[in-house]
Amino acid sequence: MTRQKLMENVYLTCVPSMKFKTSLLSAQMVVPLSQETAGHNALLVNVLNRGTVRCPDMSAIGRELDMLYGAQLAPSVRKKGENQLFGFAASCIDDCYLPKGEKLLEKLTDLLGEFFCTPDTKGGRLRRDYVESERENLADMIRSIMNDKRAYASHRLLESMCAGERYGVGRVGDANGVEKISLPSLDRRYREVLPKGRLELFYCGSAPEQRVAGAFTRAFAALPRQGTIEPVPTLRRPSREPYQVITETMDVTQGKLCMGFRIDGEDKAAAMLMNAMFGGATTSKLFCNVREKLSLCYYADSAYHRLKGLVTVSAGIECCDYSRAVEEIFRQLDALGRGEWEDWELEGARQSLLNGLRAMDDSAGAMEDFVMGQAAAGTDETIPGLTAAIRAVTPERIQEAAQSVKPDTIYFLKAKEECP
Amino acid sequence: MSIVAYPRVGESVHRQTLSNGLEVITVSKPYHTKSYAFFAVRYGGMDLRFRVDGMWRDTPAGIAHYLEHKMFDMEEGSVMAEFAQRGASDNAYTSNAMTAYYFTSTSCFYENLRTLLRFVSIPYFTQESVDKERGIIAQEIQETEDDPDWRVYANLMECLYQNSPVRVPVTGSVESIRQITPQTLYECHGAFYTPSNMVLVCVGDVDPGRVAEEAETILPKEGGSAVLRDYGSEELLTPARHEIAQSMEVSMPMFLAGYKCRPQSGGSETLRQSIIGDMACDVLFGSSSPLYTRLYEEGAVNSSLGGNFDMLPGAEYVYVGGDAKDPRRIFNEITQQAQKLGREGIDEDFYQQIRRAAYGGMLRSLNSLENIAVSMAEGHFRGFDYFRFPEIFDTVSKADVEAFLRENISLDRAALSIIQPLH
Repeated sequence: MTRQKLMENVYLTCVPSMKFKTSLLSAQMVVPLSQETAGHNALLVNVLNRGTVRCPDMSAIGRELDMLYGAQLAPSVRKKGENQLFGFAASCIDDCYLPKGEKLLEKLTDLLGEFFCTPDTKGGRLRRDYVESERENLADMIRSIMNDKRAYASHRLLESMCAGERYGVGRVGDANGVEKISLPSLDRRYREVLPKGRLELFYCGSAPEQRVAGAFTRAFAALPRQGTIEPVPTLRRPSREPYQVITETMDVTQGKLCMGFRIDGEDKAAAMLMNAMFGGATTSKLFCNVREKLSLCYYADSAYHRLKGLVTVSAGIECCDYSRAVEEIFRQLDALGRGEWEDWELEGARQSLLNGLRAMDDSAGAMEDFVMGQAAAGTDETIPGLTAAIRAVTPERIQEAAQSVKPDTIYFLKAKEECP
Repeated sequence: MSIVAYPRVGESVHRQTLSNGLEVITVSKPYHTKSYAFFAVRYGGMDLRFRVDGMWRDTPAGIAHYLEHKMFDMEEGSVMAEFAQRGASDNAYTSNAMTAYYFTSTSCFYENLRTLLRFVSIPYFTQESVDKERGIIAQEIQETEDDPDWRVYANLMECLYQNSPVRVPVTGSVESIRQITPQTLYECHGAFYTPSNMVLVCVGDVDPGRVAEEAETILPKEGGSAVLRDYGSEELLTPARHEIAQSMEVSMPMFLAGYKCRPQSGGSETLRQSIIGDMACDVLFGSSSPLYTRLYEEGAVNSSLGGNFDMLPGAEYVYVGGDAKDPRRIFNEITQQAQKLGREGIDEDFYQQIRRAAYGGMLRSLNSLENIAVSMAEGHFRGFDYFRFPEIFDTVSKADVEAFLRENISLDRAALSIIQPLH
């Protein structure tokens, strides 16, 4: 894996690989996540996705991609710590599987560059029809998060727990904010972020680095570069005392319980392992005890938000079991803090993390996500480095990490019917 | 053992049929860190009525899925811990026509393989553990009741089919799973989990001879007899009913339309038909099709619009759906466009464009070890060789795709399922 500076505030990471049928290309702006701009940035990529000067509408873009043997090019918006990444990810069949020695890399890179640099405009402004229709689509998409109750509950937990922090801002902003974005304000955002934003480029495939760098340099030659907006470091906060409980009611049959905790301390490797033992792996305490032994939940797992230092738990429960489930989840965490576990729980969790790290090598998408995460956090962790760190974690460090986990917010989505 | 190279897709495959009838397929991936093993049974949610020892048996809806949950129990405890301690991640799923158990690992492949072969072939159920699982599965069923994507599909299948067991959800219902006992689970395991009714697919940097050896050592020596299945009397091509609507907690209306297609006989024709069906979907409502782009540009649909061609034993259908403010209008537009294309023909340039994209899409799917394993297993059960798709592609013509649209995508074959917002 290599990383080089192509232009001012533009970096290219190349991962040479022969084992995939397709090559993966990605171009992402990395900017601070904020209430004011999150919706703008998300809307912007969707508008840019509608047409370029050369391919001014969806049929023209669709035709271009189809003729590149079903190449894919899609907008992507992500949250990494307290930064937002927005741009496009593209992939095409690797040259070695194409008839007659055709080459797709340069053509697809050119198209990727056009999406940023030469969108189809009217009178020098983004097209009103594209802005209006994508604004409606984006607002609809944000509102449809409620269709998936599990995802909705997790979303509401973070929104409530981190209200007032960058981390509490939704990945693509909020629906009401998006609906208010005007053409002039989106146009202003485009003119501001395009020259200033950090641009991270990524390639994984069989082409040599020099060819890739050449293709990207040509495709992004028209990108203006003036001034900078740098990614921000992620801020940590202590947990609320006492923790808050938020309950919402919907017409559902199963309750969704989400719990948010904050971790004190900087021992990330220990926290990763602690989370895997708590609810991140199939050997975890939540899975084995709360789900399997007590049958309190259909699912119960936990996630460690490494960049922000949070642990969140998500569980599907019978609404009447709310108090028992909360109590039991706390009990499992306390057990970790007291060092109460069997050897296989620790080793199972460790092996599961190591397996996950090793397997990243087999997924171009997972490597891209890792590289982008590093760029957003301003860190230079590597897979071998993380692997060594996970191997070195001692039981004492896990216990310490568990003791530093403090509840901040409980969010419960419950059914309308009252419990008997 | 046979070794076949597939230069057009850059793969090579070892195949061996063991003396007990088990098919063992190994796809070599020398550059991958991860290995994947997939052990599948030709037994799924549809197989509710079958003949064993000369007698027809009726079993409760959801039993294949229930059995899948309970297979992870061994006399010495749950087998998941064994995988987990070696850092492997294991799981299983039950579809309409197949139950599959699998793991991925980056070390200790053969130890994990032995665990997989052992737990799937040795049933161990107690009254207590079977009773306990009922609560967990009932919660899983309840979760699907709250899931609009699931509901819109389940409602469609109920509309589309009259007799076929595809109209029954794979998980069964809270009521139907009450009838499941250790005894019924043992009987179903005995009838279907026989080597000749199963396939083992391994993908990764693994030794095909060693895989076959492990399977030979651990699995029963007897292959088992073929099971006769009853999927109900032959389906008419007209749906049971044309429309169904349900109100749920969703932000905007969503729909799924289905078109019943005439089932094929099997063999390599199955793969050909599947390619034709998928291309017909791309031509009709794929994201570069004239219909999709027009509806999107009008704001009538968003990027959620999509669908595909699905083939199940005795039941084949095209489905298409997404979010839309006026589902009935989208449904009518799609049906009319299909008839128009069937009548007037597909533009030659557009067809060539879709053909290229479809070929690239199939090749792309081989990036995933999981997709490779599933395609190999399905190919084995249905009698086709998935890696031959480039050759089959060469035989598909524009007229085939037009005929598919003309014959299958019409109002008399169709049903529409709608989920409306409550508020």
